[in-house]
Amino acid sequence: MRTLTSQNHTPGFANPVHDAQQVFRAVLEALARPGTRHSIEANLNPPEPLGASTGAVILTLCDEQTPIWLDPTLRASSAVGGWIAFHTGARIVENAGEALFVIASSPKAAPTLADLMQGTDEEPHRSATLIIDAQGSRSIGNLVASGPGISGTIGWDGVGLPIGFLPQWRENGMLFPCGVDIVLAAETTVQGLPRTTALVSADQQSHQQRSA
Amino acid sequence: MSAPRIVYNEGYLDEQTKRVVRRALLKGVAIPGFQVPFASREVPMPRGWGTGGVQVTASIIGPSDTLKVIDQGADDTTNAVSIRHFFEKVAGAASTTLTEQASIIQTRHRIPETPLREHQIMVYQVPIPEPLRFLEPRETETRRLHALEEYGLMYVKLYEDIAKYGHIAKTYDYPVLVNGRYVMAPSPIPSFDNPKMHQNAALQLFGAGREKRIYAIPPYTDVESLGFEDFPFEPQRFDRPCEICGSSGVYLDEVFIDDKGGVMFVCSDTDYCERTATAGERRQTMEKSA
Repeated sequence: MRTLTSQNHTPGFANPVHDAQQVFRAVLEALARPGTRHSIEANLNPPEPLGASTGAVILTLCDEQTPIWLDPTLRASSAVGGWIAFHTGARIVENAGEALFVIASSPKAAPTLADLMQGTDEEPHRSATLIIDAQGSRSIGNLVASGPGISGTIGWDGVGLPIGFLPQWRENGMLFPCGVDIVLAAETTVQGLPRTTALVSADQQSHQQRSA
Repeated sequence: MSAPRIVYNEGYLDEQTKRVVRRALLKGVAIPGFQVPFASREVPMPRGWGTGGVQVTASIIGPSDTLKVIDQGADDTTNAVSIRHFFEKVAGAASTTLTEQASIIQTRHRIPETPLREHQIMVYQVPIPEPLRFLEPRETETRRLHALEEYGLMYVKLYEDIAKYGHIAKTYDYPVLVNGRYVMAPSPIPSFDNPKMHQNAALQLFGAGREKRIYAIPPYTDVESLGFEDFPFEPQRFDRPCEICGSSGVYLDEVFIDDKGGVMFVCSDTDYCERTATAGERRQTMEKSA
């Protein structure tokens, strides 16, 4: 394994304890309140093409107990794998289905949710968390989200989600309590999408209301 | 001045332990009411004194937080005071007794009377996280019962209460159904507090140190106390007001006041009682001066 390369001198958190705490609170709030943005204050420069906030979430949550899968773009850069291995000690796995943290460098690089670890009925917590780098990505249309963490319903633009995501997400929701959770890491903010959140497109919802 | 002999990490726990707890918390939030196992560590207090709550708080708290700790509603009991001092010392966090000013409230056995806001986090200390434990002692079995959503045992227990006593006799740690899926132990809060969990604006986290379980209720989540159509859940009620501040509709403690068995009933939430009493006094002086 590449633990020490010339590139992994890129530093991690400037203040590991405080930065990890701040990033964790943002991710916790994000998953507890889907559809809202939470800012990440850590100043981090991970090697390209790994995004700064994606890198911050990895440093906060990953260690030798959490196998990580990287999409082909990230895997192509030896600096990224080296940086993650050096700072977290996490194992990079070839197969997305073995990873607890699945990292996608863009929405379209995200693997199909059904191919990831879903957990079991007795241990639904042993499921993958998909982290998508949402920097510079566009909305996939107006969505309406509901579920735990949301008071009633909330409108959402779904920035960072892959195109054609809704049918996949519906299937993921039907697996409850099993299923994948998603963290969307934009430039300086994170958003969370836990498996309990129901998403419908806004047009579809207004159509349903009219027919009801 | 000599350097301290042992230097602890900020927040007391080492970063590796915090990551374990943090990952468990995130999965707990994603699966409301499900008990996530975690590697519980030693903290400088005996198990049963809130080690689960302390580990959860230690993993989330930062220097910008303001911590409130209550024990049976009181801010001034030994356990509450020492946990508050502990985090002032190891996490550099500010502390308060005012519910409204706290960003994290660690609690043993009560939910404050003052309604909680968004961006507040409740941390419950849990002695026995498994609601089915006294009905089924085997961990392997209770896990399977949760997986199969097989909660018949719990309903039989509640039914037997009704058959024996004419009502459901459980008054604390009253089981709840979270988000329509998992039956959960709300920790030994009085059933009086159960309705406050439902659709609460705050994030609620539960830590059981000895039993090594973490679970959570996200904000705005349905939390239904179990019951039957003809015998629905009835929270405790008090037919008298607090004898110090005069509030009604609050949870009261029975306090002995002399050696002859004399008692008085006062608010269990000391912060709420104090503020209501002060506000009442101020009103009285204003009326007098007017």
